[in-house]
Amino acid sequence: MNVLPISRLCLALVLLLASSLSLGQEQAEAPAAAETEVAVQAPAESSAERVQTILQQLAEANYREKARLITTLDQLSGKEMLPLYSAMLEGELHYLPGDLSLYRVTEAGEVTSLFTQQAAASVMADELEKIRVNNSLRKQLRESIARIQLLYGDKGEREIAAATLLDNMSDESIALLQKARASEQDVDVLGLLDAGIAMYTATTSDSTAERVSAVRSLSGRLESPVRNLLTQLADKEREDDDAVRQAAASALKDIEGKIKFFELTETVFFGMSLGSVLLLAAIGLAITFGVMGVINMAHGEMIMLGAYTTYVVQLLLPQWLELSVLIAIPAAFLVSGAVGVIIERTVIRHLHGRALETLLATFGISLILQQLVRTVFSPLNRQVATPEWLSGSWVINPVFSLTYNRLAILIFALVVFVALLLIMKRTSLGLYVRAVSQNRDMAKAMGIKTERVDMMTFGLGSGIAGVAGVALSQLTNVGPNLGQSYIIDSFMVVVFGGVGNLFGTLVGAFSLGIANKFLEPATGAVLANILILVFIILFIQKRPKGLFPQKGRAAE
Amino acid sequence: MMSGNALLERGGMGATFAATTTRWVVGILFVLTLLASMANLLIPQDSALHVSTYTITLLGKYLCYALLALAVDVVWGYCGVLSLGHAAFFALGGYGMGMYLMRQIGDRGVYGNPELPDFMVFLNWDALPWYWFGMDQFWFAMLMALLVPGLLAFVFGWLAFRSRVTGVYLSIMTQALTYALMLAFFRNEMGFGGNNGLTDFKDILGFSLQSDNVRVVLFATTAFMLAAAYVASHFIMSSRFGRVIVSIRDSEARTRFMGYRTENYKVWLFVYSALLAAVAGALYVPQVGIINPGEFSPINSIEVVVWVALGGRGTLYGAIIGAILVNYAKTRFTAILPDGWLFALGALFVLVTLFLPKGIAGLLAKIKPAKGSGNGDGGVAAEGASS
Amino acid sequence: MSLLDTTREVFRRDQVWPFLQEDHAPVDVSKQMILYVEGLSVSFDGFKALNDLNLYIKDGELRCLIGANGAGKTTLMDVITGKTRCDKGSVYFGQTINLLKHSEAEIAELGIGRKFQKPTVFEAHTVFDNLELALKADKGMWYTLRAALSSSDIDRIDSILDLVGLKQQRFQQAGALSHGQKQWLEIGMLLASDPRLLLIDEPVAGMTAEEGERTAELLTSLAGERTVVVVEHDMEFVRSIARHVTVLHQGSVLAEGTMDEVQNNADVRAVYLGEEA
Repeated sequence: MNVLPISRLCLALVLLLASSLSLGQEQAEAPAAAETEVAVQAPAESSAERVQTILQQLAEANYREKARLITTLDQLSGKEMLPLYSAMLEGELHYLPGDLSLYRVTEAGEVTSLFTQQAAASVMADELEKIRVNNSLRKQLRESIARIQLLYGDKGEREIAAATLLDNMSDESIALLQKARASEQDVDVLGLLDAGIAMYTATTSDSTAERVSAVRSLSGRLESPVRNLLTQLADKEREDDDAVRQAAASALKDIEGKIKFFELTETVFFGMSLGSVLLLAAIGLAITFGVMGVINMAHGEMIMLGAYTTYVVQLLLPQWLELSVLIAIPAAFLVSGAVGVIIERTVIRHLHGRALETLLATFGISLILQQLVRTVFSPLNRQVATPEWLSGSWVINPVFSLTYNRLAILIFALVVFVALLLIMKRTSLGLYVRAVSQNRDMAKAMGIKTERVDMMTFGLGSGIAGVAGVALSQLTNVGPNLGQSYIIDSFMVVVFGGVGNLFGTLVGAFSLGIANKFLEPATGAVLANILILVFIILFIQKRPKGLFPQKGRAAE
Repeated sequence: MMSGNALLERGGMGATFAATTTRWVVGILFVLTLLASMANLLIPQDSALHVSTYTITLLGKYLCYALLALAVDVVWGYCGVLSLGHAAFFALGGYGMGMYLMRQIGDRGVYGNPELPDFMVFLNWDALPWYWFGMDQFWFAMLMALLVPGLLAFVFGWLAFRSRVTGVYLSIMTQALTYALMLAFFRNEMGFGGNNGLTDFKDILGFSLQSDNVRVVLFATTAFMLAAAYVASHFIMSSRFGRVIVSIRDSEARTRFMGYRTENYKVWLFVYSALLAAVAGALYVPQVGIINPGEFSPINSIEVVVWVALGGRGTLYGAIIGAILVNYAKTRFTAILPDGWLFALGALFVLVTLFLPKGIAGLLAKIKPAKGSGNGDGGVAAEGASS
Repeated sequence: MSLLDTTREVFRRDQVWPFLQEDHAPVDVSKQMILYVEGLSVSFDGFKALNDLNLYIKDGELRCLIGANGAGKTTLMDVITGKTRCDKGSVYFGQTINLLKHSEAEIAELGIGRKFQKPTVFEAHTVFDNLELALKADKGMWYTLRAALSSSDIDRIDSILDLVGLKQQRFQQAGALSHGQKQWLEIGMLLASDPRLLLIDEPVAGMTAEEGERTAELLTSLAGERTVVVVEHDMEFVRSIARHVTVLHQGSVLAEGTMDEVQNNADVRAVYLGEEA
């Protein structure tokens, strides 16, 4: 491990600093080397041999020498060194002790040649020696990579590179920033580059006016290095210049205001995300409870079945992982819907008008389904993979980003909601369902097959629960108890929103979700949950029919 | 109490039937307790007639469950209030007893702290929270074990019944109540041992909980409390009060129009039922040796309901039969086929509601038809307690 | 009002504080009126079930309310008995008691009894128990917990059983009675509660002609000592008992008077010919 004596480490650092300083000077003197592709190629060709030697030296150099060699490489070549740097940074760079040639050994133990990325069949992994790096080297490598990416990468890479450079400003990096700025077209990246330059000016300039204006230009930037710098500048003990200090303080205030705003937005988003999950879980219940007056305690298990359907789809079609979630949505709807119809036909139909008995019977079914899943799949949680296009997050700015899966579920929940609303308002099934929910006997007298409507309604509600399960499988672990954790919350949403009212469910779900997330920082997750439950218990005392009660004399 | 004359006036087949069953239940409990205790204490271990202490404790546990079932039956079977939160009162009673037993450990805990229970030492607390004070006194702890659940039931019932929350809404609310309590008790900061709950009890009133004698006494106490609760419930249900309760179940609005303040009746019946559950919980804890937040879980409450449904709601003895049968089956089942139990329980829920709405008591009544059964627990189990 | 005035008001010596007043103060019928309904409006979802309705019932009167479906008859009873809250208006029982401030149970204890359209008896109880529960007595919990039947109670129940012809069914469960018997039992329960004002919703529905006649007889005999308000569709029945008839239409009073007056009323004819012809 780290057996290097401290003194040598310090020495290496000093040398590193010195070399980078000298590099800065050289680059500043030399004409911009990388303006065009041709310009890059020319010096590379002329010094190709030197690069080759360096690469060989790299194999057996000590840390200090490695640092020096990389610095030289930086000067000699451009983006073609990227594979070398990244392999080295990740500790995958190896060499063959015989001819000192370099290879990359991937995590899986596969050996590839460094620059062509092709598998090197002739070399075995165990023949190779690893080229070691230490922390200061890693830092240097990161900077080098950032440099390359800043000049040659695509927009995203350039942004990341620029942000990396902000972390530690030096004369060298400022020169690089200025160079990159000259050719940069993109507004976002330009903003970052300007911020870097302003930071440099704010710390190094002699003129108060220049510094103040630099500090002012930093106002509103959310990157943490900017914030750190401004905090330093606003600090009485570190900064003598009053004007700069005031400017920094006001810029900082500005930034903090902005951060507060984004934190608020983030909380709202988390709340909406929770709300969308609640909405998905509750909306099927809203239909069965609202229309049929049936408390389906197995509703949570319908959700669970949907989640397991996703798991099975991925198991059966491993090659279509990317599409698995999309395939699972109709599949889960069918599976849960079918189970729902079976339950309705065999049990609930016979308990018509006896709500409490239905509650007990469906609870029994939920126990059976849970145990069934435990027996078939094992009691352990199952991992459902997230497709590439749902992983990662949408970084809006350094303090605010939205994960794609939550965003997708939010949109999906709304889509399902709208679809259901359309079914209820525009289709004949919807008309029948509404007719039955308002006056069952009258509907029957009008020739509506209420039994059939009941069956379809229950199937629909259960199917939607299944779809909710697909969404949940992307957020949490899939296990036999998945459904149980949502059933009470779902009931709360339905009861809070008002039974038999889809809009009530929508409002209920989002308000409970957001309220939960706003309480959480103050009270912790569990207490927030409890407070919400207590609130609803009290709320129901005040308005027993929920936020949007079903109206009319028929409701009695 | 009713005079013999009045009984006759009432045409009391039902009433006499109920009175007879009460005598039978109390008698059976007495004989069972006596026989089991003697078989444990007097008959040598190697004899075939010896009843092991394990069995005694198991029986005690069943009787606790029977008391809990009785509590649920009183509100559900007679008043139509389906509580899915009675586990909360049971567990609160249990925690009251648990806190007392915890304080009895004294300095014999792992950390040897004379004041603080082990889990508090573990959490680096340096003093007892205020609500633990006095819990080392048996009478005070028992008072709390009754007062807290009773108060909770009163507040909850007062809020719910005043605003006329009924039917499934009420059921869901009670479930949410016990769920919220479960979440709360899982938190370490609550000061009730969090996840692990309270356990490692040493003795009660100075006697070791491990000794056979204490076990038998606990069992006998449970049997006595069950009998007392049975007699009390029988008295309540065969009074005019009980008839008002049944009227509320069948038509609350009508009862109100007759001048009965139904919400008051419901609140106090709910409190009475919660107290029975709390007593059951307090007796349960020293016998099983642990109380943890799992006892609050909603599934426990619903299980009690199925005991009552199986036994026959609206009949007091039905609740007891149901509780003992299901729990005996559970003991046997989980020993032979652990995975099968939930299937069996689930199926029981479905089958009882579909095919046996009046439970075993209803079956018995069919076999031996008791004409004119009208009040007490003679068979007020009418269908459609819900609407 | 200044604080001083308020204080004076509170400590007026000629008045008793409301909470010290006797709970079951008897109905003040010094002006010979027992029920005042004024400006009553109730709406469900925009539908006006009652629209500025005024109705006065004399003490000891037998009054029939008639009107088509949806005229507001049942809603009116709901408001009087405290089941439905009104939007506007006032309902006084005698001179002093504001019924809108009381709950259903309190109104029942004040002496207003009601028979529902659909007979609702307690099916799990015997006929005897049904009557026992209806008896005029303390309805508090402590009382009912210890209540025992006195011999006068039993006599009273027996006489009511005689009156409604259910002596044979005394120990039968009410659920096992026929529809007509349930109607009678409910009337019996109403009698057992010994009310000042009886509100009776469609008493003869499901009864044979003979039973209807008996009901008419019973109701007529009750009037005088008690006040009876009957809602009925059956015109024959109304004609046989009514001295005074009120016609409701779309939530307000259309006409009032004797049966003949009402039948010759132009408005009534217009409405009825339009709807029932």
